[in-house]
Amino acid sequence: MEYVSPEGLRLDGRRPMEMRQIRGEIGAVAKADGSAVFEMGNTKVIAAVYGPREVQNRSQQISDQALVRCEYSMANFSTGDRMRRPKGDRRSTEISLVIRQTMEACIMTHLMPRSQIDIFVQVLQADGGTRSACINAATLALADAGIPMRDLVTSCSAGYLNSTPLLDLNYVEDSAGGPDVTVGILAKMDKVTLLQMDAKLPMDIFENVMQLATEGCKAVAQCIQEVLLENSKKLEYQRGP
Amino acid sequence: MRDLRLSLNQTQKVRLEAALEELQELSSSAASAIVTVAETIPVNHEDGVLKGHGTTELNGEVVATLCGVVERVNKLVYVRALRARYKPEVGDIIVGRVVEIAPKRWRIEINFSQDAILMLSAMNLPDGIQRRRTAVDELNMRSIFGENDVVSAEVRGLQHDGSLQLQARSQKYGKLERGQLITVSPYLVKRRKQHFHHLEQYGIDLVLGCNGFIWVGEHVEAQENAMTEDQESETEENKKPNKKSMTLEEQERTYTPFQTRQNICRIANAVRVLSALGFCLTVEVIIDTAEASASLNIDIKDMLGAEFYVLTAEREVQRRKSIKKGG
Repeated sequence: MEYVSPEGLRLDGRRPMEMRQIRGEIGAVAKADGSAVFEMGNTKVIAAVYGPREVQNRSQQISDQALVRCEYSMANFSTGDRMRRPKGDRRSTEISLVIRQTMEACIMTHLMPRSQIDIFVQVLQADGGTRSACINAATLALADAGIPMRDLVTSCSAGYLNSTPLLDLNYVEDSAGGPDVTVGILAKMDKVTLLQMDAKLPMDIFENVMQLATEGCKAVAQCIQEVLLENSKKLEYQRGP
Repeated sequence: MRDLRLSLNQTQKVRLEAALEELQELSSSAASAIVTVAETIPVNHEDGVLKGHGTTELNGEVVATLCGVVERVNKLVYVRALRARYKPEVGDIIVGRVVEIAPKRWRIEINFSQDAILMLSAMNLPDGIQRRRTAVDELNMRSIFGENDVVSAEVRGLQHDGSLQLQARSQKYGKLERGQLITVSPYLVKRRKQHFHHLEQYGIDLVLGCNGFIWVGEHVEAQENAMTEDQESETEENKKPNKKSMTLEEQERTYTPFQTRQNICRIANAVRVLSALGFCLTVEVIIDTAEASASLNIDIKDMLGAEFYVLTAEREVQRRKSIKKGG
């Protein structure tokens, strides 16, 4: 199948280096300490953060840092065909673990000993790149909860189809079976915290694809930064002197 | 906005937006420096810098780790977080809920990263006598505070292992009964001299806990013998375990007049409206909002409706304008 037309346009009309439209919104869940909705095109994810709070299971308590837990789930209505999904299948357990490790790398856990932070992410609409969208939503929600972080973690994916590197794959491109590189970076420190790829790619091409994904992450970071600034400004002026 | 899930009609939407815009203009002159996570805080390195809370160092730059307002005190640079969990300071007055009774201590949920601890030895006994706590006292702990009771106390200090200790060594602290507990974000409550307020015109008590837990309840006279009375009735209760059949006397003691209950609800709703709009909660503003609702003949239940939200926002604009003119 042709994923990039001779005119250089993708199936949804984007250029190969173009991202989908991204949008972040803070404060979606009233009772959570922090919450956010993040959209990348048609992919839509909601995240809620609870904590730092008392550890529920005393035996899991860590005496010098916070315990970070993460739960990823997909809403039944999120995909094209409506399916009943068992909770805790292999895919969601794996993504939960990935998100947990990525977020743990940026949270300053040593500042909140003997406490626990719960991150819940749910996919409301799935159109490729749910992993990235979940990480971005979790970052927004953690910042909203006032949890100290070393840096903003942002994530974006890139692929390689029709011998062209493509940024931010959607569902159709994702299911083409080509390589899909998901990258998570610490935006300011310029460090990679997540790198996943489920196919083979020659070394030189891989470097190009990853470079492209990193560029995407930086664009996301800028967007998140703006959303946070806007939100903080609003809170401060409403509170008043 | 977080708690604002309102169906505003078109004019209300425009009015609310206009009010919020005006608030922004009013505060923009203050030019407070707002930073977000991973943003560099401009500092003058020649003067020497002390990095405070919410900051870290990266490649020789001071970088924020929170979203909030940059505060500078001499050399110290720190970030004051807006929405976050409660950060305790010694001497804060807090309201909390008992979650567990452990040996010689109560564990109290106070919106901190851990449960706070109130030691039996850190509070006055109901009989008011200073003495060593005996094993009998320990067994009777549940007659002082049981699980899910709402209590007020003071922050005694942070233990070196990071746990938070409370104390309640005064008659004004203790169990809070016959009222409502409202939880708001802690940044909306400012530390002040007074956190216990007796609103005489309404006959109610208002406790603004620094941790964002706000208590609105019927006024109780803080007096020595009131506590001893409690103790007596408690022993009476112990004699006959059938708690359901209250004596007439007891019913009279726990009866709250209808008018007072309405007042409690009105004040509580005023707090809810203000916190949903993200306005700072002080006793003056709360009373002002409640009085405004009463004078406009707005029902208690309608206080949470769209119209009153917009009105409150507009009143806040007027209030801040007049403060600005005065100052």
